[in-house]
Amino acid sequence: MSDLVNVTMTVNGTEVSHSIAPRITLADFLRQTLELTGTHTGCEMGVCGACLVILDGRVVHSCLTYAVQASGAAIETVEGLSERTAIADLQEAFHQRNALQCGFCTPGMLMTAHALLSQPGVPTREEIRDALSGNYCRCTGYEAIVDAIAKVARDRDAGVIAQASEEVGAWAC
Amino acid sequence: MKARAFNYVRASTVVEALKAFEDAQDDASYIAGGQSLVPTLALRLQAPELLIDIAHIPALRGIELQGDWLRIGALTRHFEVLSDPLIRLHAPLYSEAAPHVAHPAIRNKGTLGGSISHADPASEFPAMTLALGAELEIAGRDGIRRVPADDFFVDLFQTAIEPGELLVAIHVPVVRSGHRWAFHELARRRGDFALVGCGILAEFSGDVVEHVCIAFFSVGSTPLRARQAEEALIGKKLDQVAIAAAQAIVGDDLNPPEDEHTPPAMKRHLARVLLGRLLGEIARQDV
Repeated sequence: MSDLVNVTMTVNGTEVSHSIAPRITLADFLRQTLELTGTHTGCEMGVCGACLVILDGRVVHSCLTYAVQASGAAIETVEGLSERTAIADLQEAFHQRNALQCGFCTPGMLMTAHALLSQPGVPTREEIRDALSGNYCRCTGYEAIVDAIAKVARDRDAGVIAQASEEVGAWAC
Repeated sequence: MKARAFNYVRASTVVEALKAFEDAQDDASYIAGGQSLVPTLALRLQAPELLIDIAHIPALRGIELQGDWLRIGALTRHFEVLSDPLIRLHAPLYSEAAPHVAHPAIRNKGTLGGSISHADPASEFPAMTLALGAELEIAGRDGIRRVPADDFFVDLFQTAIEPGELLVAIHVPVVRSGHRWAFHELARRRGDFALVGCGILAEFSGDVVEHVCIAFFSVGSTPLRARQAEEALIGKKLDQVAIAAAQAIVGDDLNPPEDEHTPPAMKRHLARVLLGRLLGEIARQDV
């Protein structure tokens, strides 16, 4: 048996504190202790990408991190992104384009897409595919997923341009 | 599967980490990014009593130019290797290899020191450590020692790091004018382990090869240098004749294991193709 360790971290903006065994992965901690089951556990060895979460601003596999390692960190899960509507357009585009079938991989896909689209510029299809290289989908065949992300990338870029020209317009008055 | 139960301690200095390892009577593992270690624990290929978290030790971080050497802290993450301007300028083979290392989420957590000390013979960074002629700074009970890359990779997943010792930093002799380099790998899909990969750092005097280091990965039990191919190039102009001579002999430098998907003859063939492409690329580079 191992000694329990006290961990404190911020999850989706709320500070949580628990005494846990060191062998508990961050994925199991989120799902079983905090009951945030949007983060999925597939391969549990860093291959499938269903368990991706944001740790201190960067997307990582929660199955390849022990919860004790994340003590002191800020975590955001797919529930957090969804509730603060940061990915509402991605969710809508996935729905419209049938970019999911069973939905098991979708939280990880959304995490990768969110990280990619948080960077400046509009990614090419090639860049989208490269970003998704660590996310497995066994149903849809990826095309629809790439379509959905490409659409949101274009829409967000158009939105930024529209907003910028509005601001310029306002200054002109 | 899940890892067997273990205890956990977070070290804040190198001395503290070394002490924790000694106190655990060597039944311990250091963990930094954990991107290779956590799966091996989940598969129970390893089951240490204690994990010592070294990810918060400031002395293992930072990238700094020290005279003719670039010191890269062992905790430098793969995504930092990919984008760091000092590495791009002074140790460019690491930057060239970085986009081929794993997938974006792994690169966010995995560390350069972890990859090198794990010494997977199919990994890019250990081989580029050889190609760049780097030296590895290792901390142990008796202090710090520096091991040249040529003496570092001992066997399959085995390095010159003794139990309890800790890789602190990677020291890379900076590239100078006259240096040319190239990297490429052949993989079924980007991010997958390469079938064969290679990085070359060559030093020219005019258009004559003065020194060259050809490091292959995924072709043996360690990353390895193609010594005979290197010798075939020294003192030569890098023309088609010299390239063909190096290609003719490179198969003898490699020791690929039996593998039903990529048998040794196929790996040797791919290595010849790759070497030809890379040397051709270097020949075309203007200095």
